[in-house]
Amino acid sequence: MKYNSFTRPIDGIPDLNYKTWEKRNLVSRLLSVLAGVFSFLCVLPLIAVLAYILIKGMSTLSLDLFTQLPPPPGGKGGGFGNAILGSIIVTTIAALIAIPIGVGGGIYLAEYSTGRGFSQFIRFGTNVLAGVPSIIAGVFVYGVIVSTRILFGNTFSAIAGGTALSVLMLPTVVKTTDEGLKLVSNDLRRAALGVGASRFVTVSQITLPKAFTPIATGVVLSIARAAGETAPLIFTALFSPFWPNGIFDPIATLSVLIYNFAAQPYDLQNQLAWSASFILVVFILALNLLARWLGRFASK
Amino acid sequence: MASMVALILISILVVVFWGSLESMGRYGLNFLFTSNWNPVDDEYGAFTAIYGTLVTSLLALVIAVPLGVGTAIFITEDIIPLKVRNIIGLMVELLAAIPSVVLGLWAIFILEPLIRPFLMFLYEDFGWIPIFSTEPLGPGMAPAILILVVMILPIITAIARDSLNQVPMRLRQAAYGVGATRWGAILNVILPAAISGIVGGVMLALGRAMGETMAVTMIIGNSNVFSWSLLAPGNTISAMLANQFGEADVSQLSSLMYAAFVLMILTLLVNVIAQWLVKRLSLKY
Repeated sequence: MKYNSFTRPIDGIPDLNYKTWEKRNLVSRLLSVLAGVFSFLCVLPLIAVLAYILIKGMSTLSLDLFTQLPPPPGGKGGGFGNAILGSIIVTTIAALIAIPIGVGGGIYLAEYSTGRGFSQFIRFGTNVLAGVPSIIAGVFVYGVIVSTRILFGNTFSAIAGGTALSVLMLPTVVKTTDEGLKLVSNDLRRAALGVGASRFVTVSQITLPKAFTPIATGVVLSIARAAGETAPLIFTALFSPFWPNGIFDPIATLSVLIYNFAAQPYDLQNQLAWSASFILVVFILALNLLARWLGRFASK
Repeated sequence: MASMVALILISILVVVFWGSLESMGRYGLNFLFTSNWNPVDDEYGAFTAIYGTLVTSLLALVIAVPLGVGTAIFITEDIIPLKVRNIIGLMVELLAAIPSVVLGLWAIFILEPLIRPFLMFLYEDFGWIPIFSTEPLGPGMAPAILILVVMILPIITAIARDSLNQVPMRLRQAAYGVGATRWGAILNVILPAAISGIVGGVMLALGRAMGETMAVTMIIGNSNVFSWSLLAPGNTISAMLANQFGEADVSQLSSLMYAAFVLMILTLLVNVIAQWLVKRLSLKY
């Protein structure tokens, strides 16, 4: 007798075989393929953008780019050494403002606050500030620093640009510090307080070093984001075709250079914009990979 | 120092509101519904920019949500090997790290020429529909929408992926245990369980799309002439600010501040709703 309960229902026991052409299985496979296609479409722009930046940016890479000033319209050669230096200066100013305030705020939220009322409002405010469009940060700094000439009568300046960027960095730094500190086990805190350490010593000697890696990851990510921001710089740091002349004067940055030169009708300027994009993207992706490496380092 | 965050947030509101007072007094709410932006005659109405902001960000969202959520499902459910999933996840995260000004450059020189034949086809064959009624001549709303999709995809994907990962294993096992197909389980059990995070992520992406400046400024054409057509150049509030703020005179500055205030309120609303939704919809296990 042929035993075939796997191919035919017997005595009310349903057929347990997978039916390839049953409607629900067809639909399921179809949707899986669709999701795969969607993922491909998601990855496609990254590949396309990176490929074009590599092709167009690498082809003209030379030492001149780092040492020369941008050429006048219609001119020849040149580079954007001033913009690279300017980007570094402006991002450093932003980091110097945002990191102490952000880490301090995060410490307060995680270590000192009660988790109700005021600190809940601050957490909410941090999330909202993270959602404020970058251009609004520019408008804000323009209103506070540039138009009031509050800094020794200067209008557009590297400091104004750095301040605008720090407004964007701040929420990220606060959030990652807060979350990093919350991951530190409470036993450590109790042990430190138990042997007679003050609250300040507990935070500075025990919990902060323990949470160093997640905080560093967040800080590196926020620097990477700030380095690529353009919108808040257009009317705070402005642009300058010359070498940086102190932090109270307008300053060139890579991102504003890309924006300005992309709009110009000259091939040479467009080409410089591609090269600048290449350098900016390499720098930012490197920072991101560094943050990722720091994160992996922490989990070991 | 924590109060610095609140202080900055409030002072941003105050500064932008203060700057726009003059323009508010002059135009009132008419500012929002007239599309006449004329610095020569000192006449300002921001309807073109507000329409542009809403249309570009909402349409970008309509395209990006299925793509992003689909990708998130693809890289969280066991459809392909873990290694491939991790690579796709990494690439999407790196896409988020590319500065918007670089995407704008790419949009001007690569994307826009690439899609122009398709837009031309839309104009020639469907020109009787108002949204396709102008000839695509370069920068315009349509390429701006596409570049916005590229910018918000990583946000939606990342947040949807996190929420899907947080769905307890027990729920999946229970669904498969009673004989659900893979997508039966995803659509009926896993997605509903993760919906709060996904909706929150979508709202965050909407806020981001509304405020996105550089890529859009570079590709939208910055025209203050109102048109229903998606193929025509248009404007958004943030693009208008980026273009005109640096060289505006006093009354134009005030009108720009007013526009910035409108943008600020829009994004604040979206963000507050997002946070509220996440709290409200989250299922407790």
